[in-house]
Amino acid sequence: MYRSHVLVCGGTGCTSSGSAHIVEALETEIKKAGLENEVKVIKTGCFGLCALGPIMIIYPEGAFYSRVTPEDIPEVVAEHLVKGRIVTRLLYDETVHKDEILSLGETQFYKKQHRVALKNCGVIDPENINEYIAYDGYQALGKVLTEMTPADVIQLVKDSGLRGRGGAGFPTGLKWSFAAASENDQKYVCCNADEGDPGAFMDRSVLEGDPHVVIEAMAIAGYAIGANQGYIYVRAEYPIAVKRLQIAIGQAREAGLLGENILGTGFNFNLDLRLGAGAFVCGEETALMTSIEGHRGEPRPRPPFPAVKGLFGKPSVLNNVETYANIPQIILKGADWFRSMGTEKSPGTKVFALGGKIHNTGLVEVPMGTTLREIIEEIGGGIPNGKKFKAAQTGGPSGGCIPASHMDIKIDYDNLLEIGSMMGSGGMIVMDEDTCMVDIAKFFLEFTVDESCGKCVPCRIGTKRLYEILDRITKGKGEMEDIQRLKDLSKFIKENSLCGLGQTAPNPVLSTLHFFEDEYIAHIKDKTCPAGVCKDLLHYSIIAEKCKGCTLCARACPAGAISGELKNPHKIDPHKCVKCGACMEKCRFGAIVKK
Amino acid sequence: MKSLAELQALRDQMKANMGVRHDDTDNIRVVVGMATCGIAAGARPVLQAFTEEVSKRNLQNVTVAQTGCIGICQYEPVVEVYVPGKEKVTYVKMTADKVAKVVSDHLVNGNPVGEYTIGSMAK
Repeated sequence: MYRSHVLVCGGTGCTSSGSAHIVEALETEIKKAGLENEVKVIKTGCFGLCALGPIMIIYPEGAFYSRVTPEDIPEVVAEHLVKGRIVTRLLYDETVHKDEILSLGETQFYKKQHRVALKNCGVIDPENINEYIAYDGYQALGKVLTEMTPADVIQLVKDSGLRGRGGAGFPTGLKWSFAAASENDQKYVCCNADEGDPGAFMDRSVLEGDPHVVIEAMAIAGYAIGANQGYIYVRAEYPIAVKRLQIAIGQAREAGLLGENILGTGFNFNLDLRLGAGAFVCGEETALMTSIEGHRGEPRPRPPFPAVKGLFGKPSVLNNVETYANIPQIILKGADWFRSMGTEKSPGTKVFALGGKIHNTGLVEVPMGTTLREIIEEIGGGIPNGKKFKAAQTGGPSGGCIPASHMDIKIDYDNLLEIGSMMGSGGMIVMDEDTCMVDIAKFFLEFTVDESCGKCVPCRIGTKRLYEILDRITKGKGEMEDIQRLKDLSKFIKENSLCGLGQTAPNPVLSTLHFFEDEYIAHIKDKTCPAGVCKDLLHYSIIAEKCKGCTLCARACPAGAISGELKNPHKIDPHKCVKCGACMEKCRFGAIVKK
Repeated sequence: MKSLAELQALRDQMKANMGVRHDDTDNIRVVVGMATCGIAAGARPVLQAFTEEVSKRNLQNVTVAQTGCIGICQYEPVVEVYVPGKEKVTYVKMTADKVAKVVSDHLVNGNPVGEYTIGSMAK
């Protein structure tokens, strides 16, 4: 038995900030100190506080160290592991409170969180099936196979009120019941791990931190609908997730938890991985299935829905990673437990990937119905540099923005739809006063233009035209009629596109138009960008009274646009200026302004 | 694995190894003084004996931890046992051989081993 466990985050965030070197250093130092039989080092999944990585936590003390470097490790081993003295200078500063060390659960970032889907992330070693089993892993599958009929399982999932976490929020139990009702000798269970929204990484973290939960839930779904084969469609850009899934599937097979005659009950279920090449449209269910079949990832019209005619033409169920991550606990703890969290119509919790202009970038899981204000000001720690909150973008390229005036909105599926955004898979990008809303709409449209598969005209050509209108507005060449054109075109694209990608693509435009029409008008009429982002509408100039003629700006200018003599006020030639802002950064007297 | 019973047995066995990862305040805490004085006096074999004994008996409600010097260096190795709701018990001049008795009498049965405590030493 080990007296101490050292948990090092091995998620993508901390891996990129160097957690692999931390593990190496720990192993060498622990060996040097002769502690290898007393202290165990474990690489876990994401803790959520990616901004402070690499993160490390040492039990039994529960000391939470942040921004650890390999150079810190000899001290940690000599002090903490040998002598039992916590290295206070490395502690996450929120856990240090008046000489007392708070547990992680008491800090602002974790206090309001409620971890269900992320229960095991940052707690277990994702590459060791035994640790998953120690935390009741595969018990739900055992219970389902020995005590429940498929109809019982579907009824329980229905009663729990679980809705699809991929974005649209379709009731999961209902989806399963459709597939169960379709008569066929072969059915399939699929998992959508093709997370594509810019800035979203919830599913990746579940796969990296707790891959077995998805495997267990898919086997349960297989039992419920009568399928013996499952596919996980995961994007190849998630190498750590792919590797851990492969290890997990191998271990589950070896333990007899996948394959023939699982737990001696006669139930068979196999699982395979399919790697996606990173096309956004493959997150759409019919395109995803087409891609698994080996064809080009393009959607097809529905009906027939996948529950009737899905993968290889057979009845299929497709759920998102986070949806599956809730299933085993619903089975073990019951529908009432699940309904005790969240709101009436959206029970449970939701994971959000917090990004953009916010202190604590990272992963948070909160009960549905938590307000945007709580997420941003309390859990997220507010906006850095004393700036003001302007809006939060949810739902990625299919969603919309929530302005400051709606900060007290309780976040669930229906409330977000009502104000023209959507839950999406859970990306949440925070924007401050320096963000131009027209530019943001243009950014998302550029993404959808790139990612449109081109099969249907409204999406292929419509989004391109939308983008062009936005582009000319940001260049100061817009006309007032463009606003109506944007609205009309958006409506047309939404109504006529083949799949979800096109049907939701205009949302960023419509929602910014709804809440920030004044910014569009400022771009069109006054030819200015209020946030100072759109380069073509910016003008840099030097205030003669403040300029000391130090020549710093002239030397910094890459375009040679600044002229003037030493100790005399300088001037910027607007025709040569490339609006890079280099002069403004260099000026020590605040003599350069942009308008 | 051939049955649910087998899975549950594995879970219980594995759970014992994971106890260390809970900030469980209800646990009995065994704290071994591991400053320079303690280590020099032989605290390390004592600590190891505790972890071995605790895992052998599968005591899930016991945390073994180490601490610094508490200032009575002449009595090292010092081991303090905190049972929730009870007075702290301080064992002094511990050796690996004495550990089994502390675990069985004190940690399991709730009877501190009087002869090893600081009170009997001071007399």
